[in-house]
Amino acid sequence: MITMEHVCKSYRIAKRNAGFREACKALFHREYEVIHALNDVSFTIGDGEMVGYIGPNGAGKSSTIKILSGILTPDSGTVLVDGRVPCKDRIRHVREIGVVFGQRSQLWWDVPVIDSFELLKDIYSIPDHQYRQSLEELTELLSLAELLRSPARQLSLGQRMRCEIAASLLHQPRILFLDEPTIGLDAVSKLAVRDFILRQNQTHGTTVILTTHDMQDIESLTRRILLIGRGQILMDGTLDDIRTGSGSIDEAIADLYRSYQI
Amino acid sequence: MKTICRTAKLYLHYVSINVRCMMEYKTSFLLTAIGQFLVSFNVFLGIFFMFQRFSTVEGFTYSEVLLCFSIILLEFALAEMVARGFDTFSGMVRSGDFDRILVRPQSEIVQVLGSRFELTRIGRMIQAVVMFVYGILKSGITWDFRKICTVVFMLAGGTTVFSALFLIYAALCFFTLDGLEFMNVFTDGAREFGKYPIGIYGRKILLFTTFVIPYALIQYYPLLYILGKRSSALYMFLPLAACWFLIPAVLLWKFGVRHYRSSGS
Amino acid sequence: MKKYLSFFRLRFAMGLQYRTAALAGITTQFAWGFMEIMIFHAFYRADAASFPMHFSATASYIWLQQAFLVLFAAWMMENEIFDSIVNGNIVYELCRPVSIYNMWFARSIATRVSKAVLRCFPILVVAAFIPHPYGIEAPAGWLHFFLFVLTLILGLAVTVSFCLLIYVLTFFTISPQGLRMVFISAVEFFAGAVIPLPFFPEKVQRILELLPFAAMQNVALRVYSGSMSPAEMKKAILLQVCWLAIIVSAGKLLCTLAEKKITVQGG
Repeated sequence: MITMEHVCKSYRIAKRNAGFREACKALFHREYEVIHALNDVSFTIGDGEMVGYIGPNGAGKSSTIKILSGILTPDSGTVLVDGRVPCKDRIRHVREIGVVFGQRSQLWWDVPVIDSFELLKDIYSIPDHQYRQSLEELTELLSLAELLRSPARQLSLGQRMRCEIAASLLHQPRILFLDEPTIGLDAVSKLAVRDFILRQNQTHGTTVILTTHDMQDIESLTRRILLIGRGQILMDGTLDDIRTGSGSIDEAIADLYRSYQI
Repeated sequence: MKTICRTAKLYLHYVSINVRCMMEYKTSFLLTAIGQFLVSFNVFLGIFFMFQRFSTVEGFTYSEVLLCFSIILLEFALAEMVARGFDTFSGMVRSGDFDRILVRPQSEIVQVLGSRFELTRIGRMIQAVVMFVYGILKSGITWDFRKICTVVFMLAGGTTVFSALFLIYAALCFFTLDGLEFMNVFTDGAREFGKYPIGIYGRKILLFTTFVIPYALIQYYPLLYILGKRSSALYMFLPLAACWFLIPAVLLWKFGVRHYRSSGS
Repeated sequence: MKKYLSFFRLRFAMGLQYRTAALAGITTQFAWGFMEIMIFHAFYRADAASFPMHFSATASYIWLQQAFLVLFAAWMMENEIFDSIVNGNIVYELCRPVSIYNMWFARSIATRVSKAVLRCFPILVVAAFIPHPYGIEAPAGWLHFFLFVLTLILGLAVTVSFCLLIYVLTFFTISPQGLRMVFISAVEFFAGAVIPLPFFPEKVQRILELLPFAAMQNVALRVYSGSMSPAEMKKAILLQVCWLAIIVSAGKLLCTLAEKKITVQGG
């Protein structure tokens, strides 16, 4: 389903130093710093698999997601998703994927959620019957019935996240990228979201890639874990590979980060 | 053809959702519209007081200048209303919302256009229409079908040229976010200095605005035709010819998108 | 005083970081001034006798106006201040041991001066090399230059105090956005930013010159090229000082009232 082979990606960013003298200097000469966001990353993910993608901040998680969803072009290496090269064939590719950015919203702030959904129907050119069927199913599973009529700005974070997830699934994508879907949610919403993702994967066979800092997400959702640090895949295994001794999962992860010095 | 229809329908859907959002904040909408009115009203007052002192400028009378200003203002306001998404594009790049656009199966241009529809520019339009009517009544033009067509062409061509400029502005956002102020010379500046017929600025400016950025094609030449100072039918169609400017704008935009997708910032 | 100076340094360093922005701003203002002069030149050619000042003095007026635009632009208000009033963060500022009015005053001056310093020299230097009568002329004399600097400072102070008045009035209105818009349009027009005051009909001009708006950019830009008589200059400077005193005291008074209102009502 998804293969990445020897993928590299680096950015060039301008250095900005503090201080009055430095600011004057930067007026004439600017220094750049090269950051290797991804450094020879390879992995494969099978159809219908659910994978947790973890690593500390700035490790390269979102670069990977951006490359897989066709936003970013890699510097080198090959990426294949369902037989397509995401960055080459953007429009055909994105029809088949759903993306949830946990920290950003795709809903229109001031109109009822259902209006945003209707617009998405036109954006993805979803046929009427398919749209009605998806909407019905998502409304029931995510308990949206009460929410659809209120503007997004009046929803709580948990309610909004449920709507966001529904918005990303209206066109029934085969692959779902979730970038920190449970960030900032209360316990009840977290459980609801996890429950739904699990179900989506089981009933529709949707391939799910999930980045998160919440180890409970990983524990309850994914069997396979990819650990990335400093732009490299450091570990590809299961939760049991990580768990050592009797400590909590968070401690185990922290130990792991320390042992890789990331 | 079918895709064009579908795209048009999608765009209208965007417009309707934008208008509904705006109507959630009626007071703010009204105030912004009035503000837009006041700003261009100041410019009008400037022209008014200048003509209290001088009777003509380069052979153009007060009412003729008002006609000129009203048309360019209307073109600009229309372009701002439609292409506001490009005008505020730097915010979209900064917040990362452009990523969202890239994960949707529609052209980037349509989606950015749809992201903002600025109904508040109606304030500017009202002012433009009032001046336009006044200019028509006072300038003593004998109207015929061709002249009416020329005005319509001017509005179409002018809106296109200004939208293309906003598109260029947006495309530059992919490369730099803080060096864009100079683009104001070509957008706000054109509105500001287009209030007088471009011919008054001298030959060099006229050449520049004929062949580089085609302001003169949407303002000066067709105006001469409407005012009866030129009679060749060529002047009538020049505003439509000005639409060529959209081509380099779209190319630059595509180049910008490619740059964004390889640099990711 | 020291805290205001350090604030100034901070603003200045911030301005310097955005060198591309500064360069773009300079180019814009240069093009703007150029086009403005072309307009006046067209009117000058149409009817030189009706022209109220020397053409070269008009050119100098416009170049100075562009060079010092940020000192006098009414729309360049500080959104942070507005936001802090609207969302109530102002309460934290009230806790600090400085007068709110003085702090805002210093802050606005610092923002404007730091931007102007960065931008004015390139514009002035280039404009000086433009041939007569389109470029900027040397000041009419040493006295005029001295008075120019003095009235520039006074004009800046009047502009800033006027903006502060609008900030403070925000406390008392339901629609700060509307208030701000009306004030900005009025200032721009009556201060001579759209067309210089001498270009208004005489009767209108006589009234406009008494208003506080004329005490902003108008005096400095006209004193420079010597297009005001000594008596006119004396009167204009006196008016500047008077208006500054009136507006500052009005602002301080309203500020105390507003502070009371906040502490009594709790925001």
